[in-house]
Amino acid sequence: MEDKIIKQISLFAENKPGRLANIARNFSKAGINIRAFTIAEAGDFGIIRMVVDRPDHAHDVLHDAGFTVSETNVLGVEMEDVPGGLGRIADVLGEKNINIDYAYAFVTKTEKALLILRVNDIEAAVKVLQDAGVKLIDMADIQQI
Amino acid sequence: MIDYWNPLIERMPVEELEKMQEEKLKHLVNYVYQHSDFYRKRFDDAGVAPGDIQTLDDLKKLPFTYKSDLRDTYPTGMFCVPNEQLVRFHVSSGTTGKPTVVGYTKNDIDGWTTSLARAMTSIGVGRGDIIQVGYGYGLFTGGLGAHYGAEEIGATVLPTSSGNTERQIELMQDLRSTVIACTPSYFLFMNEVASKANVSIRNDTDLRVGIFGAEPWSEEMRARIEEATGIKAYDIYGTSELSGPLFTECQYQDGIHIWADQFLIEVIDPETGEQLKDGERGELVITTLFKEALPLVRYRIGDITVINRQPCRCGRTHPRIMRVLGRADDMLIIRGINVFPGQIESVLMNIPEVGEHFMIVVDRVDELDVMTVQIEMTDQAFSDKVNDIIALEKRVGSALKNVLNISVRVELVESGTIPRSMGKARRVTDNRKL
Repeated sequence: MEDKIIKQISLFAENKPGRLANIARNFSKAGINIRAFTIAEAGDFGIIRMVVDRPDHAHDVLHDAGFTVSETNVLGVEMEDVPGGLGRIADVLGEKNINIDYAYAFVTKTEKALLILRVNDIEAAVKVLQDAGVKLIDMADIQQI
Repeated sequence: MIDYWNPLIERMPVEELEKMQEEKLKHLVNYVYQHSDFYRKRFDDAGVAPGDIQTLDDLKKLPFTYKSDLRDTYPTGMFCVPNEQLVRFHVSSGTTGKPTVVGYTKNDIDGWTTSLARAMTSIGVGRGDIIQVGYGYGLFTGGLGAHYGAEEIGATVLPTSSGNTERQIELMQDLRSTVIACTPSYFLFMNEVASKANVSIRNDTDLRVGIFGAEPWSEEMRARIEEATGIKAYDIYGTSELSGPLFTECQYQDGIHIWADQFLIEVIDPETGEQLKDGERGELVITTLFKEALPLVRYRIGDITVINRQPCRCGRTHPRIMRVLGRADDMLIIRGINVFPGQIESVLMNIPEVGEHFMIVVDRVDELDVMTVQIEMTDQAFSDKVNDIIALEKRVGSALKNVLNISVRVELVESGTIPRSMGKARRVTDNRKL
Protein backbone atom coordinates (compact mmCIF):
# COMPACT_ATOMS: atom_id res chain seq x y z
CA MET A 1 0.00 0.00 0.00
CA GLU A 2 2.88 2.34 0.94
CA ASP A 3 4.19 2.41 -2.60
CA LYS A 4 0.95 3.90 -3.88
CA ILE A 5 1.60 7.06 -1.91
CA ILE A 6 3.12 10.06 -3.64
CA LYS A 7 5.24 12.62 -1.85
CA GLN A 8 4.17 16.11 -2.74
CA ILE A 9 6.30 19.17 -2.00
CA SER A 10 4.40 21.98 -0.28
CA LEU A 11 5.89 25.32 0.42
CA PHE A 12 4.87 28.59 1.96
CA ALA A 13 5.30 31.69 -0.17
CA GLU A 14 4.35 35.29 0.29
CA ASN A 15 2.20 36.63 -2.46
CA LYS A 16 4.76 38.87 -4.10
CA PRO A 17 6.67 39.08 -7.36
CA GLY A 18 9.66 36.86 -7.96
CA ARG A 19 8.81 34.03 -5.58
CA LEU A 20 7.99 31.51 -8.27
CA ALA A 21 11.00 32.47 -10.35
CA ASN A 22 13.20 31.83 -7.34
CA ILE A 23 11.82 28.33 -6.89
CA ALA A 24 12.18 27.56 -10.57
CA ARG A 25 15.78 28.77 -10.52
CA ASN A 26 16.63 26.49 -7.59
CA PHE A 27 15.03 23.48 -9.30
CA SER A 28 16.69 24.17 -12.60
CA LYS A 29 20.10 24.37 -10.92
CA ALA A 30 19.45 21.06 -9.12
CA GLY A 31 18.03 19.35 -12.21
CA ILE A 32 14.64 18.67 -10.67
CA ASN A 33 11.61 18.27 -12.92
CA ILE A 34 8.17 19.48 -11.93
CA ARG A 35 5.39 17.09 -12.96
CA ALA A 36 2.37 18.83 -11.52
CA PHE A 37 1.96 22.17 -9.91
CA THR A 38 -0.69 24.31 -8.23
CA ILE A 39 -0.93 27.39 -6.05
CA ALA A 40 -3.51 27.75 -3.32
CA GLU A 41 -3.75 31.47 -2.85
CA ALA A 42 -5.08 33.16 0.27
CA GLY A 43 -4.56 36.91 0.19
CA ASP A 44 -1.09 37.74 1.48
CA PHE A 45 0.30 34.27 1.12
CA GLY A 46 -0.01 31.16 -0.94
CA ILE A 47 0.85 27.51 -0.66
CA ILE A 48 2.65 26.11 -3.64
CA ARG A 49 2.13 22.40 -4.15
CA MET A 50 4.21 20.38 -6.55
CA VAL A 51 4.76 16.83 -7.62
CA VAL A 52 8.36 16.47 -8.74
CA ASP A 53 10.51 13.60 -9.94
CA ARG A 54 12.80 13.62 -6.86
CA PRO A 55 10.84 14.92 -3.87
CA ASP A 56 13.43 14.30 -1.13
CA HIS A 57 16.10 16.13 -3.06
CA ALA A 58 13.69 18.93 -3.94
CA HIS A 59 12.81 19.27 -0.25
CA ASP A 60 16.48 19.67 0.71
CA VAL A 61 17.17 22.13 -2.08
CA LEU A 62 14.29 24.38 -1.09
CA HIS A 63 14.95 24.05 2.63
CA ASP A 64 18.58 25.05 2.16
CA ALA A 65 17.45 28.01 0.09
CA GLY A 66 15.54 29.20 3.15
CA PHE A 67 11.99 28.16 2.24
CA THR A 68 9.52 26.73 4.69
CA VAL A 69 8.77 23.47 2.96
CA SER A 70 7.23 20.13 3.80
CA GLU A 71 6.54 16.81 2.15
CA THR A 72 2.91 15.78 2.15
CA ASN A 73 1.52 12.36 1.31
CA VAL A 74 -0.99 12.50 -1.51
CA LEU A 75 -2.56 10.10 -3.97
CA GLY A 76 -2.15 10.09 -7.72
CA VAL A 77 -5.17 8.72 -9.54
CA GLU A 78 -5.09 7.86 -13.20
CA MET A 79 -8.34 8.74 -14.91
CA GLU A 80 -9.64 8.01 -18.34
CA ASP A 81 -9.91 11.41 -19.97
CA VAL A 82 -13.66 11.01 -20.50
CA PRO A 83 -16.74 12.60 -18.92
CA GLY A 84 -17.67 11.14 -15.54
CA GLY A 85 -14.15 10.09 -14.55
CA LEU A 86 -13.83 12.53 -11.66
CA GLY A 87 -17.38 11.96 -10.44
CA ARG A 88 -16.76 8.29 -10.00
CA ILE A 89 -13.73 8.79 -7.81
CA ALA A 90 -15.50 11.38 -5.67
CA ASP A 91 -18.45 9.00 -5.24
CA VAL A 92 -16.26 6.11 -4.14
CA LEU A 93 -14.53 8.21 -1.50
CA GLY A 94 -17.73 9.92 -0.40
CA GLU A 95 -19.46 6.62 0.24
CA LYS A 96 -16.73 5.67 2.70
CA ASN A 97 -16.84 9.09 4.34
CA ILE A 98 -13.35 10.04 3.21
CA ASN A 99 -12.94 13.76 2.77
CA ILE A 100 -10.94 15.36 -0.05
CA ASP A 101 -8.89 18.21 1.40
CA TYR A 102 -7.85 19.42 -2.01
CA ALA A 103 -7.25 18.11 -5.52
CA TYR A 104 -5.68 19.21 -8.74
CA ALA A 105 -5.31 17.55 -12.10
CA PHE A 106 -3.02 17.54 -15.08
CA VAL A 107 -2.83 15.72 -18.38
CA THR A 108 0.17 13.54 -19.20
CA LYS A 109 1.97 13.03 -22.49
CA THR A 110 0.11 9.74 -22.88
CA GLU A 111 -3.15 11.69 -22.77
CA LYS A 112 -4.30 10.33 -19.50
CA ALA A 113 -5.60 12.68 -16.87
CA LEU A 114 -3.83 12.47 -13.56
CA LEU A 115 -5.55 13.63 -10.40
CA ILE A 116 -3.57 14.52 -7.29
CA LEU A 117 -5.63 14.15 -4.11
CA ARG A 118 -5.03 14.95 -0.49
CA VAL A 119 -7.52 13.15 1.70
CA ASN A 120 -8.10 12.98 5.43
CA ASP A 121 -7.42 9.23 5.62
CA ILE A 122 -4.93 8.22 2.99
CA GLU A 123 -4.67 4.52 3.85
CA ALA A 124 -8.42 4.01 3.77
CA ALA A 125 -8.57 5.91 0.49
CA VAL A 126 -5.95 3.67 -1.13
CA LYS A 127 -7.95 0.64 -0.13
CA VAL A 128 -11.36 1.80 -1.33
CA LEU A 129 -10.02 3.17 -4.59
CA GLN A 130 -8.16 -0.04 -5.37
CA ASP A 131 -11.20 -2.11 -4.42
CA ALA A 132 -13.20 -0.03 -6.89
CA GLY A 133 -10.65 -0.78 -9.59
CA VAL A 134 -9.22 2.73 -9.78
CA LYS A 135 -5.61 2.84 -10.88
CA LEU A 136 -3.25 4.58 -8.46
CA ILE A 137 0.16 5.63 -9.63
CA ASP A 138 3.35 5.52 -7.58
CA MET A 139 6.63 7.46 -7.44
CA ALA A 140 8.14 5.27 -10.17
CA ASP A 141 5.30 6.24 -12.50
CA ILE A 142 5.85 9.90 -11.66
CA GLN A 143 9.49 9.66 -12.61
CA GLN A 144 8.58 8.17 -15.98
CA ILE A 145 5.89 10.64 -16.97
CA MET B 1 26.65 29.89 48.43
CA ILE B 2 25.95 33.49 47.42
CA ASP B 3 28.77 35.75 46.31
CA TYR B 4 28.79 39.50 46.87
CA TRP B 5 31.07 42.06 45.33
CA ASN B 6 30.70 44.34 48.34
CA PRO B 7 28.78 42.47 51.04
CA LEU B 8 28.93 45.38 53.49
CA ILE B 9 27.07 47.69 51.12
CA GLU B 10 24.91 45.11 49.40
CA ARG B 11 23.55 43.71 52.69
CA MET B 12 23.49 46.97 54.60
CA PRO B 13 20.39 47.38 56.78
CA VAL B 14 17.78 49.52 55.02
CA GLU B 15 17.83 52.27 57.68
CA GLU B 16 21.56 52.72 57.23
CA LEU B 17 21.20 52.76 53.47
CA GLU B 18 18.53 55.41 53.71
CA LYS B 19 20.68 57.51 56.02
CA MET B 20 23.43 57.28 53.43
CA GLN B 21 21.02 58.25 50.66
CA GLU B 22 19.84 61.25 52.65
CA GLU B 23 23.38 62.57 53.09
CA LYS B 24 24.16 62.01 49.43
CA LEU B 25 20.93 63.68 48.32
CA LYS B 26 21.70 66.78 50.38
CA HIS B 27 25.14 66.91 48.87
CA LEU B 28 23.73 66.42 45.36
CA VAL B 29 21.27 69.31 45.48
CA ASN B 30 23.97 71.68 46.72
CA TYR B 31 26.39 70.37 44.12
CA VAL B 32 24.10 70.79 41.11
CA TYR B 33 22.86 74.15 42.34
CA GLN B 34 26.43 75.42 42.50
CA HIS B 35 27.80 73.80 39.36
CA SER B 36 25.00 73.93 36.83
CA ASP B 37 23.19 76.96 35.48
CA PHE B 38 20.54 74.60 34.22
CA TYR B 39 19.71 73.16 37.65
CA ARG B 40 19.99 76.51 39.42
CA LYS B 41 17.38 77.96 37.11
CA ARG B 42 15.22 74.85 37.30
CA PHE B 43 15.26 74.93 41.12
CA ASP B 44 14.67 78.69 41.24
CA ASP B 45 11.72 78.40 38.85
CA ALA B 46 10.25 75.68 41.06
CA GLY B 47 10.81 77.85 44.14
CA VAL B 48 12.98 75.27 45.86
CA ALA B 49 16.39 75.93 47.42
CA PRO B 50 19.01 73.29 48.29
CA GLY B 51 18.39 74.01 51.99
CA ASP B 52 14.78 72.84 51.62
CA ILE B 53 16.00 69.30 51.08
CA GLN B 54 16.79 67.75 54.45
CA THR B 55 15.24 64.28 54.31
CA LEU B 56 14.41 61.68 51.67
CA ASP B 57 10.81 62.74 51.99
CA ASP B 58 11.79 66.18 50.69
CA LEU B 59 12.74 64.61 47.37
CA LYS B 60 9.25 65.21 46.07
CA LYS B 61 9.75 68.98 46.35
CA LEU B 62 12.39 68.85 43.61
CA PRO B 63 11.51 69.47 39.97
CA PHE B 64 11.84 66.64 37.43
CA THR B 65 14.49 66.37 34.73
CA TYR B 66 13.55 65.07 31.28
CA LYS B 67 15.30 63.54 28.32
CA SER B 68 14.24 66.64 26.40
CA ASP B 69 16.38 68.72 28.79
CA LEU B 70 19.44 66.83 27.59
CA ARG B 71 18.47 67.48 23.99
CA ASP B 72 17.67 71.14 24.61
CA THR B 73 21.07 71.69 26.22
CA TYR B 74 22.93 69.68 23.57
CA PRO B 75 25.77 68.93 23.66
CA THR B 76 27.09 69.63 27.18
CA GLY B 77 24.84 72.34 28.60
CA MET B 78 23.86 70.30 31.67
CA PHE B 79 27.36 69.19 32.62
CA CYS B 80 28.58 70.16 36.09
CA VAL B 81 32.30 69.93 35.39
CA PRO B 82 34.55 71.60 32.83
CA ASN B 83 35.52 69.41 29.89
CA GLU B 84 39.08 68.86 31.08
CA GLN B 85 37.74 66.78 33.98
CA LEU B 86 36.03 64.39 31.61
CA VAL B 87 37.66 61.10 30.70
CA ARG B 88 35.03 60.00 28.20
CA PHE B 89 31.96 60.87 26.15
CA HIS B 90 29.22 58.56 24.99
CA VAL B 91 26.58 59.66 22.53
CA SER B 92 23.14 58.10 22.15
CA SER B 93 21.98 57.12 18.70
CA GLY B 94 19.31 59.79 18.55
CA THR B 95 16.75 57.57 16.84
CA THR B 96 13.92 59.66 18.28
CA GLY B 97 15.44 63.05 17.60
CA LYS B 98 18.63 64.86 18.47
CA PRO B 99 21.28 62.65 20.05
CA THR B 100 22.18 63.09 23.71
CA VAL B 101 25.72 63.38 24.98
CA VAL B 102 26.88 61.94 28.28
CA GLY B 103 30.22 62.86 29.84
CA TYR B 104 32.09 60.93 32.53
CA THR B 105 34.71 61.88 35.07
CA LYS B 106 37.10 59.21 36.34
CA ASN B 107 34.85 58.76 39.37
CA ASP B 108 31.78 58.44 37.14
CA ILE B 109 33.40 55.59 35.24
CA ASP B 110 34.44 53.96 38.54
CA GLY B 111 30.90 54.19 39.92
CA TRP B 112 29.44 52.72 36.75
CA THR B 113 31.99 49.91 36.81
CA THR B 114 31.24 49.19 40.48
CA SER B 115 27.54 48.91 39.75
CA LEU B 116 28.19 46.35 37.03
CA ALA B 117 30.76 44.47 39.10
CA ARG B 118 28.14 43.97 41.82
CA ALA B 119 25.54 43.00 39.21
CA MET B 120 27.73 40.47 37.46
CA THR B 121 28.79 38.95 40.78
CA SER B 122 25.11 38.64 41.74
CA ILE B 123 24.50 36.30 38.79
CA GLY B 124 27.44 34.12 39.71
CA VAL B 125 29.88 35.45 37.15
CA GLY B 126 33.48 36.14 38.14
CA ARG B 127 37.10 35.12 37.84
CA GLY B 128 37.47 32.15 35.51
CA ASP B 129 34.59 33.25 33.32
CA ILE B 130 35.17 34.27 29.75
CA ILE B 131 32.77 37.04 28.92
CA GLN B 132 32.08 37.60 25.26
CA VAL B 133 30.93 41.19 24.92
CA GLY B 134 28.73 41.33 21.85
CA TYR B 135 27.33 44.78 22.59
CA GLY B 136 28.60 47.44 20.23
CA TYR B 137 31.77 49.22 21.30
CA GLY B 138 32.01 52.90 20.55
CA LEU B 139 29.59 55.74 21.11
CA PHE B 140 27.04 53.24 22.43
CA THR B 141 27.54 52.52 26.16
CA GLY B 142 26.85 48.78 26.03
CA GLY B 143 30.23 47.47 24.87
CA LEU B 144 32.58 49.51 27.03
CA GLY B 145 30.23 49.35 30.03
CA ALA B 146 30.11 45.56 30.08
CA HIS B 147 33.82 45.44 29.29
CA TYR B 148 34.85 47.50 32.32
CA GLY B 149 32.51 45.60 34.63
CA ALA B 150 33.84 42.26 33.42
CA GLU B 151 37.46 43.26 33.88
CA GLU B 152 36.72 44.64 37.33
CA ILE B 153 35.49 41.27 38.60
CA GLY B 154 38.55 39.53 37.20
CA ALA B 155 36.80 37.76 34.36
CA THR B 156 38.41 37.48 30.93
CA VAL B 157 36.88 39.69 28.28
CA LEU B 158 36.45 38.65 24.69
CA PRO B 159 35.55 42.01 23.11
CA THR B 160 33.86 40.84 19.92
CA SER B 161 31.51 43.85 19.75
CA SER B 162 28.44 43.27 17.59
CA GLY B 163 28.39 41.88 14.07
CA ASN B 164 30.43 39.29 12.17
CA THR B 165 28.22 36.58 13.56
CA GLU B 166 29.99 33.51 12.11
CA ARG B 167 33.20 34.68 13.76
CA GLN B 168 31.37 35.27 17.07
CA ILE B 169 30.32 31.63 17.04
CA GLU B 170 33.73 30.38 16.02
CA LEU B 171 35.43 32.34 18.82
CA MET B 172 32.74 31.29 21.28
CA GLN B 173 33.74 27.69 20.59
CA ASP B 174 37.51 28.15 20.29
CA LEU B 175 38.02 30.36 23.35
CA ARG B 176 35.27 28.64 25.36
CA SER B 177 33.19 31.71 26.25
CA THR B 178 31.05 31.04 29.32
CA VAL B 179 29.08 34.28 29.29
CA ILE B 180 27.60 36.27 26.44
CA ALA B 181 26.54 39.90 26.79
CA CYS B 182 24.47 41.30 23.92
CA THR B 183 20.92 42.21 22.98
CA PRO B 184 18.50 39.28 23.28
CA SER B 185 17.56 39.67 19.63
CA TYR B 186 21.19 39.43 18.59
CA PHE B 187 21.65 36.30 20.65
CA LEU B 188 18.66 34.72 18.93
CA PHE B 189 20.21 35.58 15.61
CA MET B 190 23.52 34.03 16.72
CA ASN B 191 21.64 30.89 17.66
CA GLU B 192 20.02 30.83 14.24
CA VAL B 193 23.35 31.25 12.46
CA ALA B 194 24.93 28.60 14.70
CA SER B 195 22.16 26.10 13.93
CA LYS B 196 22.61 26.62 10.20
CA ALA B 197 26.29 25.78 10.65
CA ASN B 198 25.29 22.71 12.68
CA VAL B 199 26.67 24.20 15.89
CA SER B 200 24.56 23.66 18.99
CA ILE B 201 25.10 26.36 21.61
CA ARG B 202 23.89 23.86 24.21
CA ASN B 203 26.23 21.04 23.25
CA ASP B 204 29.12 22.57 21.36
CA THR B 205 29.95 25.58 23.53
CA ASP B 206 30.59 26.26 27.24
CA LEU B 207 28.14 29.13 27.31
CA ARG B 208 26.15 29.11 30.56
CA VAL B 209 25.00 32.70 31.15
CA GLY B 210 23.57 35.45 28.97
CA ILE B 211 23.43 39.09 30.04
CA PHE B 212 20.75 40.52 27.81
CA GLY B 213 19.46 44.05 27.54
CA ALA B 214 19.56 47.37 25.67
CA GLU B 215 16.07 46.54 24.43
CA PRO B 216 12.95 45.42 26.25
CA TRP B 217 12.32 41.68 26.27
CA SER B 218 9.74 39.53 27.94
CA GLU B 219 9.64 36.69 30.43
CA GLU B 220 8.31 34.50 27.62
CA MET B 221 11.34 35.34 25.50
CA ARG B 222 13.55 34.35 28.44
CA ALA B 223 11.87 30.95 28.55
CA ARG B 224 12.42 30.53 24.81
CA ILE B 225 16.11 31.45 25.01
CA GLU B 226 16.82 29.26 28.03
CA GLU B 227 15.01 26.31 26.50
CA ALA B 228 16.64 26.66 23.10
CA THR B 229 20.23 27.09 24.27
CA GLY B 230 20.44 25.72 27.82
CA ILE B 231 21.88 28.94 29.26
CA LYS B 232 20.55 31.11 32.09
CA ALA B 233 19.33 34.41 30.67
CA TYR B 234 19.51 37.54 32.84
CA ASP B 235 18.04 40.95 32.23
CA ILE B 236 20.37 43.94 32.39
CA TYR B 237 18.96 47.43 32.74
CA GLY B 238 20.12 50.98 32.38
CA THR B 239 20.25 53.86 30.00
CA SER B 240 23.05 56.01 28.64
CA GLU B 241 21.87 59.12 30.50
CA LEU B 242 22.44 57.31 33.80
CA SER B 243 25.83 55.91 32.59
CA GLY B 244 24.86 52.92 30.46
CA PRO B 245 23.89 49.37 31.41
CA LEU B 246 23.99 49.33 35.22
CA PHE B 247 21.78 46.79 36.94
CA THR B 248 20.80 43.15 36.59
CA GLU B 249 18.65 40.65 38.33
CA CYS B 250 20.41 38.40 40.82
CA GLN B 251 20.56 34.64 40.45
CA TYR B 252 16.91 34.38 41.55
CA GLN B 253 15.71 36.30 38.47
CA ASP B 254 13.18 38.12 40.61
CA GLY B 255 13.46 41.81 39.79
CA ILE B 256 16.38 44.10 39.03
CA HIS B 257 18.46 45.30 41.97
CA ILE B 258 19.01 49.06 41.96
CA TRP B 259 22.02 50.01 44.11
CA ALA B 260 20.59 52.39 46.67
CA ASP B 261 23.93 53.94 47.62
CA GLN B 262 24.29 55.05 44.00
CA PHE B 263 20.75 55.77 42.87
CA LEU B 264 17.54 56.92 44.47
CA ILE B 265 14.39 55.57 42.87
CA GLU B 266 10.73 56.46 43.13
CA VAL B 267 7.62 55.66 41.12
CA ILE B 268 5.18 58.40 40.15
CA ASP B 269 1.85 58.80 38.47
CA PRO B 270 2.92 59.89 34.97
CA GLU B 271 -0.09 62.20 34.64
CA THR B 272 0.03 64.07 37.95
CA GLY B 273 3.69 63.60 38.90
CA GLU B 274 2.61 62.47 42.40
CA GLN B 275 4.72 59.84 44.14
CA LEU B 276 3.08 56.43 44.32
CA LYS B 277 3.39 53.86 47.08
CA ASP B 278 5.75 50.92 46.80
CA GLY B 279 4.06 48.14 44.91
CA GLU B 280 2.03 50.53 42.76
CA ARG B 281 2.72 50.60 39.06
CA GLY B 282 3.93 53.89 37.69
CA GLU B 283 6.70 55.74 35.94
CA LEU B 284 10.19 55.20 37.29
CA VAL B 285 12.11 58.32 38.38
CA ILE B 286 15.82 58.04 39.16
CA THR B 287 18.17 60.41 40.97
CA THR B 288 21.90 59.77 40.66
CA LEU B 289 23.87 59.92 43.91
CA PHE B 290 27.45 59.56 42.73
CA LYS B 291 27.73 61.17 39.34
CA GLU B 292 29.88 64.27 38.92
CA ALA B 293 29.80 65.24 35.27
CA LEU B 294 26.12 64.75 34.52
CA PRO B 295 24.17 64.19 37.73
CA LEU B 296 20.46 63.76 37.19
CA VAL B 297 17.85 64.92 39.67
CA ARG B 298 14.51 63.13 39.51
CA TYR B 299 15.15 61.98 35.97
CA ARG B 300 12.06 60.70 34.16
CA ILE B 301 13.49 57.75 32.35
CA GLY B 302 10.02 56.94 31.02
CA ASP B 303 9.84 53.28 32.05
CA ILE B 304 6.73 51.88 33.66
CA THR B 305 7.44 49.57 36.58
CA VAL B 306 6.79 48.65 40.21
CA ILE B 307 9.25 49.03 43.11
CA ASN B 308 9.70 46.15 45.53
CA ARG B 309 11.59 47.04 48.71
CA GLN B 310 11.27 43.64 50.36
CA PRO B 311 14.69 42.10 51.01
CA CYS B 312 15.59 39.62 48.32
CA ARG B 313 16.27 35.92 48.89
CA CYS B 314 19.86 36.65 47.86
CA GLY B 315 20.31 38.74 51.02
CA ARG B 316 20.64 42.06 49.26
CA THR B 317 18.71 44.88 50.88
CA HIS B 318 18.60 47.24 47.91
CA PRO B 319 15.25 47.84 46.22
CA ARG B 320 14.23 45.98 43.10
CA ILE B 321 12.18 47.04 40.11
CA MET B 322 9.96 44.72 38.15
CA ARG B 323 10.97 43.78 34.64
CA VAL B 324 10.42 46.71 32.31
CA LEU B 325 8.41 45.85 29.23
CA GLY B 326 8.91 49.10 27.42
CA ARG B 327 10.08 52.64 27.59
CA ALA B 328 7.64 55.49 27.01
CA ASP B 329 9.63 56.30 23.86
CA ASP B 330 8.71 52.91 22.42
CA MET B 331 5.02 53.22 23.15
CA LEU B 332 2.69 53.27 20.18
CA ILE B 333 -0.66 54.94 20.28
CA ILE B 334 -3.03 52.98 18.09
CA ARG B 335 -6.51 54.40 17.79
CA GLY B 336 -5.96 56.12 21.12
CA ILE B 337 -4.79 52.98 22.91
CA ASN B 338 -1.28 52.65 24.31
CA VAL B 339 0.60 49.65 23.00
CA PHE B 340 4.09 48.53 23.96
CA PRO B 341 6.02 46.29 21.59
CA GLY B 342 6.94 44.27 24.70
CA GLN B 343 3.31 43.32 25.25
CA ILE B 344 3.14 42.00 21.71
CA GLU B 345 6.35 40.02 22.19
CA SER B 346 4.98 38.56 25.37
CA VAL B 347 1.81 37.32 23.63
CA LEU B 348 3.64 35.95 20.60
CA MET B 349 6.23 34.04 22.61
CA ASN B 350 3.44 32.22 24.40
CA ILE B 351 2.30 30.66 21.14
CA PRO B 352 4.64 27.76 20.33
CA GLU B 353 4.10 27.90 16.57
CA VAL B 354 5.31 31.50 16.41
CA GLY B 355 9.03 32.08 15.87
CA GLU B 356 11.19 34.62 17.70
CA HIS B 357 11.19 37.31 15.05
CA PHE B 358 8.36 39.74 14.46
CA MET B 359 7.68 43.20 13.08
CA ILE B 360 4.94 45.65 13.94
CA VAL B 361 3.75 47.76 11.03
CA VAL B 362 1.43 50.68 11.61
CA ASP B 363 -0.40 52.37 8.76
CA ARG B 364 -3.15 54.91 8.51
CA VAL B 365 -5.91 53.79 6.19
CA ASP B 366 -8.86 56.13 5.70
CA GLU B 367 -8.02 58.11 8.85
CA LEU B 368 -7.84 54.91 10.88
CA ASP B 369 -4.74 53.36 12.43
CA VAL B 370 -4.16 49.82 11.28
CA MET B 371 -1.64 47.69 13.12
CA THR B 372 -0.21 44.65 11.39
CA VAL B 373 1.96 42.16 13.21
CA GLN B 374 4.16 40.18 10.86
CA ILE B 375 5.38 36.83 12.07
CA GLU B 376 7.49 34.30 10.27
CA MET B 377 6.23 30.96 9.09
CA THR B 378 8.17 28.23 10.86
CA ASP B 379 8.75 24.61 9.92
CA GLN B 380 6.68 23.46 12.87
CA ALA B 381 3.76 25.78 12.14
CA PHE B 382 3.59 25.08 8.43
CA SER B 383 0.68 23.12 7.10
CA ASP B 384 -0.03 22.70 3.44
CA LYS B 385 -3.69 23.37 4.10
CA VAL B 386 -4.68 27.00 3.66
CA ASN B 387 -7.31 26.78 6.38
CA ASP B 388 -4.77 25.71 8.97
CA ILE B 389 -2.65 28.76 8.25
CA ILE B 390 -5.61 31.10 8.33
CA ALA B 391 -6.64 29.52 11.63
CA LEU B 392 -3.17 30.22 13.04
CA GLU B 393 -3.38 33.85 11.94
CA LYS B 394 -6.76 34.14 13.61
CA ARG B 395 -5.54 32.51 16.81
CA VAL B 396 -2.59 34.90 17.05
CA GLY B 397 -4.87 37.83 16.22
CA SER B 398 -7.33 37.03 18.96
CA ALA B 399 -4.57 36.41 21.54
CA LEU B 400 -3.21 39.89 20.72
CA LYS B 401 -6.64 41.44 20.86
CA ASN B 402 -7.28 39.96 24.28
CA VAL B 403 -4.23 41.68 25.71
CA LEU B 404 -4.13 44.91 23.70
CA ASN B 405 -7.86 45.55 23.32
CA ILE B 406 -7.48 46.49 19.69
CA SER B 407 -7.82 44.52 16.50
CA VAL B 408 -4.57 43.47 14.96
CA ARG B 409 -3.95 42.16 11.47
CA VAL B 410 -1.66 39.18 11.57
CA GLU B 411 0.42 38.48 8.52
CA LEU B 412 2.55 35.39 8.09
CA VAL B 413 5.71 36.03 6.12
CA GLU B 414 8.40 33.72 4.81
CA SER B 415 10.99 32.60 7.30
CA GLY B 416 14.17 34.64 7.41
CA THR B 417 12.57 37.72 5.85
CA ILE B 418 12.14 39.86 8.97
CA PRO B 419 15.36 41.85 9.37
CA ARG B 420 17.72 40.43 12.01
CA SER B 421 19.45 42.83 14.34
CA MET B 422 22.97 42.83 15.71
CA GLY B 423 22.20 45.62 18.14
CA LYS B 424 18.90 47.01 19.34
CA ALA B 425 16.12 45.32 17.42
CA ARG B 426 13.82 47.60 15.48
CA ARG B 427 10.45 46.01 15.88
CA VAL B 428 8.24 48.83 14.64
CA THR B 429 7.69 50.37 11.24
CA ASP B 430 5.35 53.31 11.64
CA ASN B 431 4.15 54.48 8.25
CA ARG B 432 1.76 57.06 9.65
CA LYS B 433 2.52 60.62 8.70
CA LEU B 434 1.46 62.31 11.89
